[in-house]
Amino acid sequence: MREIALHLLDIAENSVSAGGRNIRMDVLENLQDDLLNVSVTDDGRGMDEETAKRVLDPFYTTRTTRKVGLGIPLLKLAAESSGGGLSLETESGKGTRIEATFRHSHIDRMPLGDVGMTMLTLLVSYPHVNWTFHYEVNGKDGNRQFLLDDKEIKSALGDVPLTEPDVLKFLRGMIEEGIASVTPETVA
Amino acid sequence: MPAIKSLEELKRVREEALAKKQLKATPGHIQVIVAMGTCGIAAGARDTMKSVLNFIETEHLSGVTVTQTGCMGMCEQEPIMQVVIGDQPKVVYGKVNAEVASQIMKQHVQNGSPVKDYVLPL
Repeated sequence: MREIALHLLDIAENSVSAGGRNIRMDVLENLQDDLLNVSVTDDGRGMDEETAKRVLDPFYTTRTTRKVGLGIPLLKLAAESSGGGLSLETESGKGTRIEATFRHSHIDRMPLGDVGMTMLTLLVSYPHVNWTFHYEVNGKDGNRQFLLDDKEIKSALGDVPLTEPDVLKFLRGMIEEGIASVTPETVA
Repeated sequence: MPAIKSLEELKRVREEALAKKQLKATPGHIQVIVAMGTCGIAAGARDTMKSVLNFIETEHLSGVTVTQTGCMGMCEQEPIMQVVIGDQPKVVYGKVNAEVASQIMKQHVQNGSPVKDYVLPL
């Protein structure tokens, strides 16, 4: 996977599979400290100590459809290859938080990629989940952030599905505008 | 914090969507499911999803539910997409890149005829 945004999609997918109903995705581009930090936090079933220890092993997975679990090990490798790292906090029955840090200017850092499409994909595909997306850029000219909590959106829409064409157009526009407003000096 | 599109605008969108829905009766509930396990994502499933959503938006296709599913155990066929129309049996497609997804949306979802070249024999 060549984009950090694709890894975020993968981790969020795991969060949904783990029964998360409130899932938060954070992207922080800290240009002042030359760091790129991404995390996904869920309130799913979490992991016991034994599973948490093995989650970085690519030959371990809880899935029954295949015998390898490459997602998190690949993200860890990508983060470590660019002067960062990956951390995992989890508690059985409470939820999981996975955070990856990258040196922003590192030549081997993969591009952040299309975060907006990752957000839109998750938002429309899992309407039963309460999504919070937070994108923050801390640059020379100060701090800018875009926060999207879908509670108000769903409340305003009532029984109209998120995949109705006009709603999709609205959501796409809102996400694109929000991201564009915080990323003028960011180089992917 | 930048201003985002207002909720008032969203409420207007809701009213319009409801009005259009009443005008257009759909031939039965249509479900499009894109597999988004690690293998699917690595093979380009997000571009497949993007193509599906773009098609719905540009063709004003109402009454379609789009969801994701995890790895289906056929990683070599990813990206995988399923189409379920009403009570008809589901059709599973393999190697669905963005272009193929658009073709499936037009030929199968919009016009009811499966795209045989990409159907997986299950």
